[in-house]
Amino acid sequence: MSDLISMTLAEARDAIRAKKLSSRELTGAFVTAIEAARPLNAFITEAGEQALAAADAADKRIAAGTMGDLEGLPLAIKDLFCTKGVRTTAASKILGNFIPPYESTVTQNLWDAGAVMLGKTNLDEFAMGSSNETSHFGPVFNPWRASNSNANLVPGGSSGGSSAAVAADLCLAATGTDTGGSIRQPAAITGRVGLKPTYGRCSRFGIVAFASSLDQAGPMTKTVRDAAIMLKTMASVDPKDSTSMDVPVPDYEKLLEGGIKGLRIGIPKEYRVEGAAAEVDALWTKGADWLKAQGAEIVEVSLPHTKYALPTYYIVAPAEASSNLARYDGVKFGYRAPKARDITDLYERSRGEGFGAEVQRRILIGTYVLSAGYYDAYYSKAQKLRTLIKRDFEQAFEKCDVLLTPSTPGPAFAVGAKTSDPLEMYLQDVFTVTVNLAGLPGISVPAGLTSNGLPLGLQLIGKAFDEATLLRAALAVETAADFKHSPAKWWSV
Amino acid sequence: MNAPVKNKLLKGETGDWEIVIGMEVHAQVLSNSKLFSGASTEFGAEPNSQVSFIDAGFPGMLPVINAKCIEQAVRTGLGLKAQINLRSLFDRKNYFYPDLPQGYQISQYKDPIVGEGEVLIDLKDGETIQVGIERLHLEQDAGKSLHDQHPDSSFVDLNRSGIALMEIVTKPHMRTSEEAAAFLKKLRAIVRYLGTCDGNMDEGSMRADVNVSVCRAGGYEKFRADGSFKHLGTRCEIKNVNSMRFIAQAVEYEARRQIEVIEGGGAIRQETRLYDSKLGETRSMRSKEEAHDYRYFPDPDLLPLELDAGWVEAIKATLPELPDEKKARFMAAGLSAYDASVLVAERELADFYEELAKGVDAKAAANWLNNEILGRLNRDGLSIAEVPVTAGANNAIIQMVADKTISGKIAKDLLDIVWSEGGDPRAVVEARGMKQVTDTGAIDAAIEAVIAANPDKVEEVKAKPKLAAWFVGQVMKQTGGKANPAAVNAALKTRLNLPDEG
Repeated sequence: MSDLISMTLAEARDAIRAKKLSSRELTGAFVTAIEAARPLNAFITEAGEQALAAADAADKRIAAGTMGDLEGLPLAIKDLFCTKGVRTTAASKILGNFIPPYESTVTQNLWDAGAVMLGKTNLDEFAMGSSNETSHFGPVFNPWRASNSNANLVPGGSSGGSSAAVAADLCLAATGTDTGGSIRQPAAITGRVGLKPTYGRCSRFGIVAFASSLDQAGPMTKTVRDAAIMLKTMASVDPKDSTSMDVPVPDYEKLLEGGIKGLRIGIPKEYRVEGAAAEVDALWTKGADWLKAQGAEIVEVSLPHTKYALPTYYIVAPAEASSNLARYDGVKFGYRAPKARDITDLYERSRGEGFGAEVQRRILIGTYVLSAGYYDAYYSKAQKLRTLIKRDFEQAFEKCDVLLTPSTPGPAFAVGAKTSDPLEMYLQDVFTVTVNLAGLPGISVPAGLTSNGLPLGLQLIGKAFDEATLLRAALAVETAADFKHSPAKWWSV
Repeated sequence: MNAPVKNKLLKGETGDWEIVIGMEVHAQVLSNSKLFSGASTEFGAEPNSQVSFIDAGFPGMLPVINAKCIEQAVRTGLGLKAQINLRSLFDRKNYFYPDLPQGYQISQYKDPIVGEGEVLIDLKDGETIQVGIERLHLEQDAGKSLHDQHPDSSFVDLNRSGIALMEIVTKPHMRTSEEAAAFLKKLRAIVRYLGTCDGNMDEGSMRADVNVSVCRAGGYEKFRADGSFKHLGTRCEIKNVNSMRFIAQAVEYEARRQIEVIEGGGAIRQETRLYDSKLGETRSMRSKEEAHDYRYFPDPDLLPLELDAGWVEAIKATLPELPDEKKARFMAAGLSAYDASVLVAERELADFYEELAKGVDAKAAANWLNNEILGRLNRDGLSIAEVPVTAGANNAIIQMVADKTISGKIAKDLLDIVWSEGGDPRAVVEARGMKQVTDTGAIDAAIEAVIAANPDKVEEVKAKPKLAAWFVGQVMKQTGGKANPAAVNAALKTRLNLPDEG
């Protein structure tokens, strides 16, 4: 059993193709594992029965010889993707029991390829958070614990349910969304791979919006190869999303081969920040050495506007969110405050009771920065900085092909450790937000453990729509790091 | 053109005032589907039967621009002789309202699709005025709140939600309610010619907000000279003025109100006012201070709209003849400016006229249309589309008058017959013996009969030649109105030995 669930996506795929394994068998193992792992709170909605039915259907297609790329492979879906007929919450009270009558394009692509949905994973409310502690459905616990402690740690966020599910072998792979680091940061601190594709690579249609100009769906997987396999199916140009781009989607898995000889790896000097763990810095240096050893050329580059990235992000993202979340007003669907006196009372109480504290904070920030008299000082300026940050990358990419940075300032932290200080929490995104602001692809690869046994990741950043090169470099890091660790399954009794 | 004109001044207690008017017109784009969704735009459907998940603001839904709506906006811009902006942006206008499902309206704020243009309007006294167009932008319509369906709940109908509107903003270039109404009429004619809006004010396809301010006589000219708004008064925006008649009433009322306030020592607050058509007055909705902060920002779900110059040119090549050009052509054919502008006001009327005037005198055709056809339509409460006698049949009547087959008087009788009974006018003339009599034998016989019956009148007419008209009337009566009046006149003169007039 435990052998089945610890397989990589590629291994499971090959076993199913070779008819050594049925989807039913594999799916059943995950359904059992998910039930046993309820203490982690990784799932908001488990869809075991539906998953088994889908597995049976996949097995029939396999028998009939009509297999999709992901035929019969069980996946977990972040509960920000609308799934037809299955409750979608965005981890918020305000969506209530919203059951979408439509399917997001990314998940539809997965089902069209034969994949099986195990359930909907927990996340920070509306994807706003870096620790999965803002969820209306309670925090997710990181499967990892420090070697010297039984304290519960956060799995990162906002895709914390997905990162925990992948790390705890509750699925072969999961989907995440990344607005400021929400795929890469949780992947990094749960010791797994997280890929944020280029903005426009995956359709945003049917994904509950947080910040439209930054949101991007991507895979969270056990290996770089699995990320390549997932991305090929998730990515598509979509006539229903005007910001999705018509750029050919190559077979990323095939393009993994070939090594990195001659590849220029940029090391941005501004990414050595105060407050980052010494181990993080050391790992970064090690990473550069690994790549150099495989024939890459290491170049120092500068991204001079990096220090403005976090403030820029925390203006742009809340501004867009304040508008995107205006539709949750208690009028049409989701939570409505009872016994409202009038329409204003209905709005105020539905939104006041339906949104959690962090979401309300960001709506307030966003409303403020867009207000008359403040727009120029905040929103306009942030847009200008965004252009400068983008330009930083363009100039850096004249000298290199891929950038190497740390993924996070440190390892997983204890539940509750940063909830009282939003600014400290926001610092979690310091290495990842620039990539969203510039619309570039980024990937976090597990690269080592801290002295007390917690995983750390390294981030690689690629040129727009050049996920193929990015994945090739990521494979090189993965190979050199040879990260084979898994958390002890303390939650299973 | 913009000099202070006596009849444009309003008298106040303390002197003369000028009214300055600008308009914002919302014109619903003629398209089968909505601005950002595939839902139908048909009017009058069951509530909430034409709503996509996009229109209802469901989670994860994204707007996709409907190319047809863009084309219609560009076509309208070209019809307004306006600048087409090859790059424009869609912005979000944020506010909460139950019939605004997304919590924001997608509109265009800083970079509209159409820039400055102009519209010429013709006034009754023959004056032509140029009204500047400030901009035209595209935006989504909201849904409709229904407050009269349930004792303690309001209902929302989202059929209208997401339908494309063109907001057309004028410069403050109108100065009387007549000009404002004439502008709206002209704008309506243009969009109907273009086929970009049906102009149906009853169904809300065209809605106007009117900005009214007053200034001391002469202020407007100073404004036109240097463009500075400091010469104008503070404006109030009057919402919900949805008929031509109401525009005139609302403007008159509002201008009078503002003059009274200022002359009473008060000041005009910039505010939005609602026109109440029942009471014929405007009342305050919200002041500038209470105005929403809409927090406009570029919609991140939509890329900037980039148009290809060649595509715009291709649309330009398909523009129909517009009212001004048609008017010029009609005038060249001999019509007065006024007649021509009346005819081109409605495309159907102009089309009818063109058919009617084929091969006959333009002026005669215009007179026939104005005096005979429109009079009867008006009497019967019919529109030009419902006219019972075709343009071709009317053309035949005019031709018969022109070639003297029938007299002008008989022509009117003939129109009455075919109007109520139908039939081909030429056949009716044949069948009923309505042809004009030019046979001098028959006329002479009728004259002899009249003279024989009225010997006293013969003596009188010799003393007073003007009485000949009486004889003409009698002869016409005798011939059942079919005698050619000119022939009767000539024969009478000879027979009674009357002198030539003048």
